[in-house]
Amino acid sequence: MNILVCISKTPDTTAKIAFTEGNTKFDENGVQWIINPYDEWYSLVRAIEIKEKDPTTNIHLITVGGPEAEPIIRKALALGGDEAIRVNINSNDSYVIAQQIATVAKQASYDLIMTGKETIDYNSACIGSMLSAILDLPFVSLANHLEMNGNTATIQREIEGGEETNEVILPMIISCQKGMAEQRIPNMRGIMAARTKPLKVLDPVATNAHTSIKEFSLPPAKTGVKLITPDQMEELVKLLKEEAKVI
Amino acid sequence: MVLIYIDHSEKEIKKSSHEAISYGAAIAKQLGCSSEALLLGTVNDDLTALGKLGASKVHQLNNETLNNFDAKVHASLIATAATHLNAEVIVFAHNINGKAIAPAVAVKLDAGIVTGACSLPNLQNGFEVTKTVFSGKAFASIKIETPKKVIAINQNSFGIENYELGATIEEVNLPIPTASVKVTNVNKIIGEIPLTEANLVVSGGRGLKGPENWGILLNLAKALGAATACSRPVSDSDWRPHHEHVGQTGIQIAPNLYIAIGISGAIQHLAGVNRSKTIVVINKDPEAPFFKAADYGVVGDAFEVVPALTAAISKMKHNE
Ligand SMILES: Cc1cc2nc3c(=O)[nH]c(=O)nc-3n(C[C@H](O)[C@H](O)[C@H](O)COP(=O)(O)OP(=O)(O)OC[C@H]3O[C@@H](n4cnc5c(N)ncnc54)[C@H](O)[C@@H]3O)c2cc1C
Repeated sequence: MNILVCISKTPDTTAKIAFTEGNTKFDENGVQWIINPYDEWYSLVRAIEIKEKDPTTNIHLITVGGPEAEPIIRKALALGGDEAIRVNINSNDSYVIAQQIATVAKQASYDLIMTGKETIDYNSACIGSMLSAILDLPFVSLANHLEMNGNTATIQREIEGGEETNEVILPMIISCQKGMAEQRIPNMRGIMAARTKPLKVLDPVATNAHTSIKEFSLPPAKTGVKLITPDQMEELVKLLKEEAKVI
Repeated sequence: MVLIYIDHSEKEIKKSSHEAISYGAAIAKQLGCSSEALLLGTVNDDLTALGKLGASKVHQLNNETLNNFDAKVHASLIATAATHLNAEVIVFAHNINGKAIAPAVAVKLDAGIVTGACSLPNLQNGFEVTKTVFSGKAFASIKIETPKKVIAINQNSFGIENYELGATIEEVNLPIPTASVKVTNVNKIIGEIPLTEANLVVSGGRGLKGPENWGILLNLAKALGAATACSRPVSDSDWRPHHEHVGQTGIQIAPNLYIAIGISGAIQHLAGVNRSKTIVVINKDPEAPFFKAADYGVVGDAFEVVPALTAAISKMKHNE
């Protein structure tokens, strides 16, 4: 089986969120970069588990980004995966990114394309769904469980207030979230091996962006907390009802 | 025309779709065009009543098989219907199913898309929509450059408006593509309020010490009619189910009221809840970072404060 795992580079979860150039660009000054947690913890680790069960599985990793994304893709290779592809373009437009991944996918025959639920920076949750339209493949999103059985995938996906089990014949696209697998720490052997695993750099295909970011802004700061002593719970209820008007 | 996709489950239209209809109707007003809804499948709701939310017409593809959600099939039908109906803007709720299909519909229509939208479009300089980014830590104003537009609106961010309309229902006839997904089991937790749809949320952290202590939190949630949530270590330790995990790597929510009990307020936790309208923090440590993000705070032992708050809520409800 051939699996393509989509890997995105995101700022560390504790990174200071600030903007430059008249609030049009994310301020990358001093920012530590990580693999998008949904891509790493859930989608990549589940792909590795599938390979551990069936060693004939091939795992390719793909990232769309400039050379600065290489440490991230190497870290992903240290966790597992056989080779990596980087498409050399930076874009904030999901459609441009999905087109790059789809172009690579069209030239190979992947049985399973895996993404994280969303990235923790732009939170668009677009790539999996867009790939399904471009490649005309089935798509199951927000999956928290995946079992392979020949060329059938059995998937649990989240629905409002519960879960649903789906069966899909491969090839397909899946987006992964919590429950799918457990976070792993790369070991020394993995880190050494990652250095020599192939990392192919591809030129992007020309695609027109459908959107552009015009301006960033920060939410207004809270004006300050109103403290209520533990013996004043009726007062708190009154405030919630009459002042905040939320109950 | 603005076309709003109606999402449903168990034959009931989701609350997030009600909001999406009102949001779509407001865009239609801005653009001076009609707002119409699209339903794939069958529901028990009175469709003419969707006029009250702002839809003048409901286009229905009346076929039971579509009650099973299949992203590929649904996206393809929505795109075809949107093309037939000449829709300029297609609106989705940014909920579980919306996330699965809205981007695919955008691709099929050559439309730019903004997901996680939290404002009406600004038409001054083209068509710009504000969305949440960095898991709620910031906003970005995104310009859609294409003639057709797809917007998925964040839950609990627009509200419902009242129109004095009755919607007319029109049958849609489209060939239904072969299913790509077989739904073999649905497991819904009956009687529980889905977290993403909840107006009121009570959430617990490691400060509650262990799963055996969740009774006080559940009692408070019951008294309020609230959904329950938790911090990441709580769900990682299996004290609570995964679907309750909120934060940067869990679910992002924006209820009217979020009560945090024994949660320190780490940046990753705040990212998932800081768009809540009102935040109440109960923590025994006056230095807990969460107080900085709170509207109301109680410095005290949760094991005393929470039962007292529950009693006060019950008393208030009793007197209503
Ligand atoms: C990459 C990454 C992603 C993450 N994503 C998330 C995420 O999505 N969501 C998330 O929640 N966390 C996330 N975290 C973890 C986060 O950093 C914190 O560790 C976590 O939120 C802490 O959970 P907590 O507040 O329940 O526990 P703690 O930080 O241990 O806080 C417990 C609190 O309870 C209080 N307390 C103790 N006893 C009592 C009592 N009797 N009465 C009242 N208060 C009491 C304490 O004063 C303390 O403030 C992430 C971390 C990383 C590195």
